[in-house]
Amino acid sequence: MNAAIGGLSLQGLLLGSLPLGFSDAAALFLHFAALSLLAVGGAITTAPDMQRYLVSDQGWLSDAQFTASVALAQAAPGPNVLFIAVLGFNVGGLAGVAATLAGTLLPSSALTLAFGRFSRRNHEARLLRAFTAGLAPLTIGLLLSTSWVLLQPALQGAWQPALLLRQHPANTVALVALTLLVMLRTKASPLWLIAAGAAAGMLGWV
Amino acid sequence: MQTPIAAATDRCDPASPAELFRVFTALALQGFGGVLPVAQRMLVDRQRWLSREAFLELLSVSQILPGPNIVNLALIFGDRHFGWRGAAAAVLGILAAPLLLVLALALLAQQWRSQPLVADALRGMGIVAAGLVLSTACKLALALRANALGLPACAVLVTLTVLAVGVLRWPLVAVVLVLGGVALALAWWRLRREAGAARTAGTGPG
Repeated sequence: MNAAIGGLSLQGLLLGSLPLGFSDAAALFLHFAALSLLAVGGAITTAPDMQRYLVSDQGWLSDAQFTASVALAQAAPGPNVLFIAVLGFNVGGLAGVAATLAGTLLPSSALTLAFGRFSRRNHEARLLRAFTAGLAPLTIGLLLSTSWVLLQPALQGAWQPALLLRQHPANTVALVALTLLVMLRTKASPLWLIAAGAAAGMLGWV
Repeated sequence: MQTPIAAATDRCDPASPAELFRVFTALALQGFGGVLPVAQRMLVDRQRWLSREAFLELLSVSQILPGPNIVNLALIFGDRHFGWRGAAAAVLGILAAPLLLVLALALLAQQWRSQPLVADALRGMGIVAAGLVLSTACKLALALRANALGLPACAVLVTLTVLAVGVLRWPLVAVVLVLGGVALALAWWRLRREAGAARTAGTGPG
């Protein structure tokens, strides 16, 4: 039964808009746990696989919801990994947060603690260097893929003829280029860029 | 191995897990679009818990390991000082307060998502989010020039990763295991040959 409190439903908060069954929550946890150990270079590198799972395979989120989840987390203070909590929240409320966040953090944290204690006693420099050198190109490839996945809602919407005059794909490309320029050439906080993006969206430019 | 922490005399240690929690909460709440720069300022300059060298060493280990860099850094640092209690205090400090903030933001966005203005703002923010990820990829790509794999091999690996994960949308597990395995083996082999060449050059005549 829904207990509506000032327009918010308690059940919606705890379980999300489409309440996840136990097996769904377990599947969510397991999928994110499997990605946890692959997230070399940060959790954001595994975003393309999360999008494939949540949007394409399960249909729990739309493309637009997925991108908005990542954008919201970047607009808030704190580590970027919290975009995973927002994804979980939009899929299944607080139960979803618990599943995605625990799945993402537990395996990698266990490995980190074990490695931290091991490396205080041993120092295999060449293996570490091989790891860093070998995985760097993969990390870059995964970041490029993530960026591409995040752009999908903007590019899809923009090709509808009715929107073509207003939300032209060229404007989207220009906003990405501006972000790139500011981030690479200045020390400005990304918060200003997120605010500029919100303004550009509200004005109907992108 | 002499750790820089032990070597520096003007450094101090955190007094308790509670202090770890407080300092990591403070630094997490100051970090918009990434906590690492703030972490360096807090831990090295203000609290003087780490020397610059010790921070960089901790950071590079945190980056090699899977999982969010800042969470890994907090885990290892906390564990060094107070064992698992320190690790838990530091990680909760990094995550707890920002998690509450970002979930409040996500809840607001969920309630107002159907408003056209909010949907437009979120779309614009999503484009900037894609640009931010792209800028991280570009910054990392600059470091590839010094990569032991060599630039051509790096370029091939980046392209194959984008193709497999971004375009063909293959499962990440398979891609990372295959491509990552090849890259690691290649890096290991190159580093060993490099070390071998340096040894011959060092002991050879002339």
